[in-house]
Amino acid sequence: MQRTNTPRAVARWWHGFVATAAMMALAPLLFAEYTLTLLAIYALLALSLAFVWGLGGILCFGQAAFYGLGAYTYAVVSINMGGSTLAVIMGVLVAAVAALALGAMMFYGRIGDVYLGVITLVFTLLLFKYASSTAGSEYVIGQARLGGFNGIPGFPPMNVPGRPDVVVYGLGLYAVVAVAVLACWALLRWVGSTSFGRVLIGVRESELRSELCGYDVRLVKTVAFGLGGAVAGLAGVLFACWAEIVTPEVFSLGVSAEIIIWVLVGGLGGLWGPMLGAVLLGALKGWLGMQQWMDSGLVMGALLVAVVLFLPQGVMPALARLASAGRKEGGHER
Amino acid sequence: MDQLLVSLFDLAYGIATLALISAGLALVFGLMRVINLAHGEFIVLGGYATITALQWGVNIWLAMLVVAPLTVGLFGLLVERLVIRWLYGRTVDTLLATWGLSLAMAGGMSMVFGTTTTGVPNPLGPVQLGAYQVGGYGVFVVCVTAVLMSVMYLVLKRTRAGLVVRGAMQSAQVVAALGHSPQRIYTLTFVVGSMVSGLAGGVLAPLVGITPSSGGQFIAKAFITVISGGASVVAGTLAASTLLGTVSKFFELLATPVVGELALLVSAVILLRWLPQGITSRVFKGSA
Amino acid sequence: MNAEVVVRASGVVMKFGGVTAVDGASMYLRRGELRCLIGPNGAGKSTFFKCLSGQLAPTEGEILLQGGSIAGMNLHNVARLGVGVKTQVPSLMNGLTVRENIWLSANAVRQRSRAEVDARVDQVVEQIGLGAFLKRTAGALAHGQRQLVELGVVLARDPWLVLLDEPAGGLTSDEVHRMASLVRALTAQATVVVVEHDMNFVRDIAETVTAFHRGRILAEGSADAVLSNESVRDVYLGRAARAKP
Repeated sequence: MQRTNTPRAVARWWHGFVATAAMMALAPLLFAEYTLTLLAIYALLALSLAFVWGLGGILCFGQAAFYGLGAYTYAVVSINMGGSTLAVIMGVLVAAVAALALGAMMFYGRIGDVYLGVITLVFTLLLFKYASSTAGSEYVIGQARLGGFNGIPGFPPMNVPGRPDVVVYGLGLYAVVAVAVLACWALLRWVGSTSFGRVLIGVRESELRSELCGYDVRLVKTVAFGLGGAVAGLAGVLFACWAEIVTPEVFSLGVSAEIIIWVLVGGLGGLWGPMLGAVLLGALKGWLGMQQWMDSGLVMGALLVAVVLFLPQGVMPALARLASAGRKEGGHER
Repeated sequence: MDQLLVSLFDLAYGIATLALISAGLALVFGLMRVINLAHGEFIVLGGYATITALQWGVNIWLAMLVVAPLTVGLFGLLVERLVIRWLYGRTVDTLLATWGLSLAMAGGMSMVFGTTTTGVPNPLGPVQLGAYQVGGYGVFVVCVTAVLMSVMYLVLKRTRAGLVVRGAMQSAQVVAALGHSPQRIYTLTFVVGSMVSGLAGGVLAPLVGITPSSGGQFIAKAFITVISGGASVVAGTLAASTLLGTVSKFFELLATPVVGELALLVSAVILLRWLPQGITSRVFKGSA
Repeated sequence: MNAEVVVRASGVVMKFGGVTAVDGASMYLRRGELRCLIGPNGAGKSTFFKCLSGQLAPTEGEILLQGGSIAGMNLHNVARLGVGVKTQVPSLMNGLTVRENIWLSANAVRQRSRAEVDARVDQVVEQIGLGAFLKRTAGALAHGQRQLVELGVVLARDPWLVLLDEPAGGLTSDEVHRMASLVRALTAQATVVVVEHDMNFVRDIAETVTAFHRGRILAEGSADAVLSNESVRDVYLGRAARAKP
């Protein structure tokens, strides 16, 4: 599907953007900001895969890898630096560089669909296994012990840049995350409308034709993958600030699976749908986790199967179609 | 000398385990190009079937060699009829749907069996190998794998049914034109693949603690082994298991078991970078 | 006409495992020439075509485009030299509109400003007559329309070498005529190579025809000469080639 860049479409997007921003600003009046912050982080994570998969056609099975790298890097650097500013930057950078490196290795090797899935899956697994095995005092980076299965607790939370004593938490942290989400969303939407973005979508549609036009498909995909990795890394950094502990769980296959489910349910190809999908499914999972009679994995898994079988375009787009069909019906004389 | 024998046995055991957990997936992937990401949970289901059968007083050998495969085979039939058959040709969708299935199965098994590790008593004692002892059960596992691989090879290469299956791998349309129903072949293959997975679960139950979340460790290795092996079912699985198992064992002896696992994963990535279609796209091409 | 030689293919051999698809073919194309490659299925013409376009790397032999060898070049780099390719099965971006397809092609030329790109798109749309379905998704078009759109996509980059694989494939006779006049007009701006099965189309457009058989060039000359050549007819009709007296 193609985004239209007509003035009307752009205006509609801005309306949606402002409405979403308003909703995010008002949400803490209704819900606990602790939960909202986590959901917003999920939305950011979903956004990263929505860009890479929806626009670039790259199904990454291991987006959690960059999320985890962002989180771990933040923890390690903040412990060593005593403050958060450099840690945030490093977190995003490390994730971006890892994504660029992995992407280059895969795309310049002309790896196809399935094998791309394998390699991204394996990459996440590698990180998970390695992180889980780092118990013991010899696994340190500077002053930060990696802590194996138990992870890294007690690192400095986010502080205002330049003022290490002023900690950002609670509502303040929520505001930071919300701004990050909105900024990244606007940024990625903008990228999609540039020459590069349109070429990326073209590559998704037909790699052969893109190459025959003279575009270096490998470079385009690598850059897109790197950008997605950076956004996922940012989500990881913010997660570390919120959770105040990072464990190997961030690299788990479970997290990677959830991200894919969010994007599928939200509608592959769009940016807003997957973010909403992440928020709703994240909330659903949290709610399921609080009761005992239904296992959350069972529900999520069944949902994924159902979506793939019946609504491969995504739940959100299907609902949207229903809604517009309903509106049309209502306008007719009966 | 004895130590070398024990090390060799250890290596054989590592390769055999890898081949055993990969065989079912290889069969389904080799034929239908379907990657069943719930394969790990199928193995776990086989384990639980064995455990449950044991609890009902069934003889352990029957439980692991008969009950487990049959149970999981039946389950596989259900899955194929309800989910897989709608997604043929849609590789990515199959991956996603089976991933959902794996999550659901893990969740479902937690609800039914709880999350604690259930052990199965080891029915065989140690076996003397020169001055050392090795687990008799380990020998059993190696034997089961060897028999399984041989049977699969013989059936695929020497029987008419195997010929039809291999024909369908190359071209479903031609096979259909010859009067065989590709749909039936796919269903049958999936069921047999599931049975093999169940067998793996049953056989490994006394060695590996079975929990609903154990599936993850199986699928990762099996997935990697199958993709690295390439299109040939038996040759590919054996080639990949041998290669990856040896690398893993080598690094394990050099350092720690964790390093061995990491080495396995890294070598798979390197292998796929140079041979994206798997080992049997170059070596042992065209064998079963 | 004695224009310079712009495409020089010498001794091209293409082997796939045990199969030799092209067995030593040499060809010279002059600027502004319109060459048709014909031959029954499996004769090697499409394979040779793909060696020219950079889609395949020949096992042996050399291909020089405007004097420069394309050996070892990536497909997109060959395209950047100014080669435009229409594939046998139209390779379009099915989910995107016709306009976007053409835009992406026009945009691929370096140093074109946004305005120049848009202008070029409009030019191509005008030239081929695609105005009617600019906003439609490429995947939703009929086959004949897709062939035309792909021609537009190829031309949007102003290539000096245009390679068309079966441009008349699947077209109605009206569409074939239209395609023929469009292709003939191309020689003003480019050197054109066409692989075709449709003999009427070939007669309509061809200046020089090269007939392939079993990976080698069987005959080369004007359309009339080649199509009335006994060996060529035998090959098409399956009779063993007659021994020359």
